[in-house]
Amino acid sequence: MSDRVPILEMKRISKFFPGVKALSDVDFRLFKGEVHSVMGQNGAGKSTLVKVLTGVYKQDSGEMLLEGKPIRPDSPLAAQKLGINAVYQEVNLCPNLSVAENIFIGKQPMKNGMIDWPKLNRNAGELLARLNIYIDVSQILASYSIAVQQMVAIARVLDSSSQILILDEPTSSLDENEVAQLFKVIKKLRDDGLAILFITHFLDQTYQIADRITILKNGVFVGEYRTSELPKLDLIAKMLGKELSEFSFAAGSDKSKKTSSATSREVDSILKVRALGLPGSIAPFDLTLDKGEIVGLAGLLGSGRTEMARLIFGIDSADQGEILIKGKKTNINSPRNAIMAGMGFCSEDRKSEGIFPDLTVRENIVLALQGRKGIFQNISKKKQGEIADEMVKSLGIKTPNANILTKQLSGGNQQKVLLARWLATNPILLILDEPTRGIDVGAKFEIMELILNLSKQGMGVIFISSEFEEVVRCSTRVAVLKDKAKIAELVGNEVNENKIMQTIAGGE
Amino acid sequence: MLSWKSLTNNKLIWPIVSLAILLVFNLFFTPHFFAIQIMDGHLFGNVIDIIKNAAPKAILAIGLTLVIATHGIDISVGSVVAISAGVVAMLIGGDLQGIPKHPIFISMVVAVLVCTLAGTWNGFLVSRIGMQPIIATLILFVAGRGIAMVTTNAMQVWLYAKPFALLGQGYFLGLPFSIYIVASLFILTYIVTRGTALGLFIEAVGLNPTASRFAGINAKNILLSVYAFSGFCAGLSGLIVCSTVMNADGNNAGLLFELDAILAVVLGGTSLNGGKFSLGGSIIGALIIQTLTTTIYAFGVPPEISQVVKAFVVYIICLLQSDQFRRKVAGAFGREVSV
Repeated sequence: MSDRVPILEMKRISKFFPGVKALSDVDFRLFKGEVHSVMGQNGAGKSTLVKVLTGVYKQDSGEMLLEGKPIRPDSPLAAQKLGINAVYQEVNLCPNLSVAENIFIGKQPMKNGMIDWPKLNRNAGELLARLNIYIDVSQILASYSIAVQQMVAIARVLDSSSQILILDEPTSSLDENEVAQLFKVIKKLRDDGLAILFITHFLDQTYQIADRITILKNGVFVGEYRTSELPKLDLIAKMLGKELSEFSFAAGSDKSKKTSSATSREVDSILKVRALGLPGSIAPFDLTLDKGEIVGLAGLLGSGRTEMARLIFGIDSADQGEILIKGKKTNINSPRNAIMAGMGFCSEDRKSEGIFPDLTVRENIVLALQGRKGIFQNISKKKQGEIADEMVKSLGIKTPNANILTKQLSGGNQQKVLLARWLATNPILLILDEPTRGIDVGAKFEIMELILNLSKQGMGVIFISSEFEEVVRCSTRVAVLKDKAKIAELVGNEVNENKIMQTIAGGE
Repeated sequence: MLSWKSLTNNKLIWPIVSLAILLVFNLFFTPHFFAIQIMDGHLFGNVIDIIKNAAPKAILAIGLTLVIATHGIDISVGSVVAISAGVVAMLIGGDLQGIPKHPIFISMVVAVLVCTLAGTWNGFLVSRIGMQPIIATLILFVAGRGIAMVTTNAMQVWLYAKPFALLGQGYFLGLPFSIYIVASLFILTYIVTRGTALGLFIEAVGLNPTASRFAGINAKNILLSVYAFSGFCAGLSGLIVCSTVMNADGNNAGLLFELDAILAVVLGGTSLNGGKFSLGGSIIGALIIQTLTTTIYAFGVPPEISQVVKAFVVYIICLLQSDQFRRKVAGAFGREVSV
């Protein structure tokens, strides 16, 4: 295949954002009649690459060749004119219009200045038939399943001039049957000669559908491989940027000291989760957490780590299973319940679910404590100031004083403010979802240090991170998640990156 | 430079500057604007009139400030004013001898309770059903006038019970009685929002409902209570409106008040995007609007274009309050801009 000329060649593409190198010298090739998967962790640069290709962003350096001719689309529309089309995760269609209208919106066939409805419906039907979909195109889109809607979205961007189809996480809201249905369509399009760039975080799906894989890591090109020649374990290792041999050395360094807590579990367990689950979110799971223990949740993006945390913290309501806090069955239907029960939760999405940039550092810090006390047990400004100053000092938050707006702080310091909010409530259990994401190395280190200290003082911590290295470094035990289910729990010497990856890869 | 900076960073400064400019304009161009006479031990004059006439809208603005701080809106307040007027008028009754059908105080309490209930209905739609605030309150905006008409059997009710007139026309210690109502409500609201955690919670919910929920704040109840409070304020405002003219008119009582009240809140420096709110600012906002209205009358602007003039001045004031605009102007004059 590789001696053929690729239809698309992206050479040494770089893209900078203020302070971040989103892509640096990334190469990417796409051939006619193949499905090519781009893999990588969060922040690897997958979506930036797609956005450069579709003209949303302009690359800062590098060139793109389409059929050997240099192109430089400056808008999604320009890219579409070149035959490059993208379908995104969320179906960007109008659910209350008919299927046919959705397909031809903006390019309706006209007759005498009016829309030619018979032709519109006929053409829509033919287009879908090309994908082996036979449905009534005059029905409104919302009456069909998400999978069908997804295919309508694909049909919409396909016309005779289409050369490249980009599918960005098209399967994330589909069930197994729907995925199979969608894959049939993708395979048909591939066999018709379309070049398909497929982005997913489901490993198994990549192996089902992709002919080749390009791996990115932190904006850097790692390599391009044939799927058949790349074992799953290698793929994971490369996505994380590790050599397998590295793991064997690191494994079991000093885990023995951490296993002792397992013996006294019955007495000390502060959290016991039994068969907690919510269909479509995460399969029923058990989880136990002892006093002073750090349990890591390891898994790739979309494996259900966050969903697990959300169920425990009562953000989503589980429809089965139970939660025991300190041996007592506790009903947790809302974050408020969870906070009352002594939990704290730092969301992975600091900006939209955590910090209030327009409130002061002081207000951000006391918010959860005040939330727990309720409206009438007001914490006086003076007391608030004392709490905030103490936190600023003990966590080393870099701010001139606690009365400035939180948005003026750096990401790492904002993360510390969020941590401080929970520490101020003096929780028995803290759930940290990606507490080190998007902050600099120094702050990362400080936060990990802090977590270890907290557990020494007896706090239970559930630690979620995409960096397996961090999970291993912090955790006594590790629950491994894959495809929205807990698949294993590693203890003692098993807590190492190699074992985690093997478990995820399915024991290869 | 530092003091200038801290001054311009104060949220109240631009509303105060706007009001001051209007007053200074009057000082030079409207004869006797600031003249205050004492008659029968009461103070009279343009300034007193402004404060007195601003009262109903200032009360609405206090309630709306909290609603707007939660990133909501309540456009039903004008209609609720009409309901309040209707209910209190029917309970007191149009007896020509001025003998009330029901005790005046009880009638007023019932009217305000009905309006609080109406506000709670808005809050229910927004917080429990999840309706968008403008749609939820649009329902009562439309229905409210109908309810007011039904209450008064589609007739205007004239009142003759003298003691009721105290609210809108009476004086206490030389000043219009309504000023004391506004002042008490303001102080009470200030204490309830700033003396408890309510103010912080309202701001948090307005800035980010999701993050608030994660921090253990019961956003739904906060929303419910601010809309209920807005209804309460509208009820109170309706009593004053009714008492001022001793008449309840379902069609016209409180007509378009919601717009002036919203404008007052915005002029006072509370953003329609929710978050930080300023009760004092809203009161100043209400004063700005009333001063403007009075100025336009006093200046002799022909009534047919008075609305246009009012709109134009409001537009200028909004520009003055916009950080972006001020920065641009400062930039255009080549001055170094302190942010």
